[in-house]
Amino acid sequence: MHEPAAALEIDGLTHRFGARKALDGVGFRIQPGEFTVLLGQNGAGKTTLFALITRLYHAHQGGIAVFGQPFRDAPSAALARMGVVFQQPTLDLDLTVQQNLQYHAALHGMAGCAATPRIRDELARVNLLERAGDRVRLLSGGQRRRVELARALLHEPSLLLLDEPTAGLDMESRGFLLNHVRRLCRERGLAVLWATHLIDEAGEDAHVVVLHKGRVLATGPVPAVVAQAGDAKTLKDAFEHLTHAAN
Amino acid sequence: MLQTKLRPLPPTAYARCMAGIIRREGLRWVHQRGRFVSALVRPLVWLAIFAAGFRFVLGVSIIPPYETYIPYEVYIAPGLIAMIELFNGMQSSLSMVYDREMGSMKTLMVSPFPRWFLLLSKLLAGVAVAVVQSYIFLGIAWFWEIEPPVVGYVAVLPALILSGLMLGALGLVMSSFIRQLENFAGVMNFVIFPMFFASSALYPLWRVKESSLFLWWVCQLNPFTSATELIRFALYGRVDWGSAAVVIGCTAVFMAVAVAGYDPGRGLMARKAGAE
Repeated sequence: MHEPAAALEIDGLTHRFGARKALDGVGFRIQPGEFTVLLGQNGAGKTTLFALITRLYHAHQGGIAVFGQPFRDAPSAALARMGVVFQQPTLDLDLTVQQNLQYHAALHGMAGCAATPRIRDELARVNLLERAGDRVRLLSGGQRRRVELARALLHEPSLLLLDEPTAGLDMESRGFLLNHVRRLCRERGLAVLWATHLIDEAGEDAHVVVLHKGRVLATGPVPAVVAQAGDAKTLKDAFEHLTHAAN
Repeated sequence: MLQTKLRPLPPTAYARCMAGIIRREGLRWVHQRGRFVSALVRPLVWLAIFAAGFRFVLGVSIIPPYETYIPYEVYIAPGLIAMIELFNGMQSSLSMVYDREMGSMKTLMVSPFPRWFLLLSKLLAGVAVAVVQSYIFLGIAWFWEIEPPVVGYVAVLPALILSGLMLGALGLVMSSFIRQLENFAGVMNFVIFPMFFASSALYPLWRVKESSLFLWWVCQLNPFTSATELIRFALYGRVDWGSAAVVIGCTAVFMAVAVAGYDPGRGLMARKAGAE
């Protein structure tokens, strides 16, 4: 019997900026319904990896497959199944929340009659339905992040990528985002890649990919990664142990 | 569980995507009042002050498409319309650089539609704004006795679209080369002003030829001259085929360079990312 296709499969991905190697033979898999935390310090290569997965630029070496299809062969199909929350805010501040979401729906070819109820549903899910008519400029940082999450889910993706989504947010907003995304994994079978340098964002049930200086040091469920680090007791210990040994 | 269905991209989806990009550009134009007002005031200042001051300095002989002596205001009106399109093309370029710096360019680039189509839509969105601005200018210019025949108002539309596409595509090329917003002042000095002044927008080229043959050649080779002449002839219901060919050819070249500039493989984008 065939193994079901991974939502995202990265294989031997290497990328250089001139002489500098930003990623070096990166490889891991994410299954549908799996919440995977990409752990790495600043400069580890997380944003470069996201840019390659989202085709902001091509990989020089190695492969990326989305639901079994190599990205290079079918980029449109892969991007249609992906929702992305970038590290940098990407909302248009002069437009309203509703207009921003309508723009995103159009970028995915959604008809207005299909987009309107989807916008309502996703905004309601992040408790921002009553702010639909407000300009984004009037929203707080946490609210803007919630709008970005609603936007990423508008076209019902099967794979959600979030690059440092909680950067600069207070504890309450962080908790809201984290719980919301974890619930989506459980209830909708969404595969999630959550990049962060905050170790506590990976709960006990998460899968973890430890990225350091462009290389994957460990990958697997949290207990397995902790075990790989020898005498570590927590993920934090394991992360410090692994990255220290690799320096 | 969420279905992991493949989403084909039918022609209607392409149309929706393009309409969404044009709608967003229109909304941004209306919301950014400074841009809106300055786009209208700039050519009117040229018309009301510059043209009034120079009408007695620059004599204009009878040259096609005009059939009689014309006031200087009538001569420079097509050039000012081309200027609206030039500034609009550069404004779109500026907004692309701004979008890239602010991150919203990424939203566009991760759309499942092909990149050339996204860039083309972005280009058409800018042209739509430029065409509306041009007609508003023509409406106001009527009070300065710039009154082309009625057929000219219709015939100028394809000329506006063609020249808008060329200048917008040039803007896209610029945006793929400009790394930072701060560098945009250089565009003003090295692209907009030379293109505008070394053209037939403000003075007929026979006058330029009298003073400098070299400058005349520069003006002849400047695609902005072709855009201006295309609009000038169209306003009087005529087609300047030579200018049309230059404008179409330049549009194709600029668009090809812009698509290459935004290509993730050969990418100027990729090189920039490495520098960031």
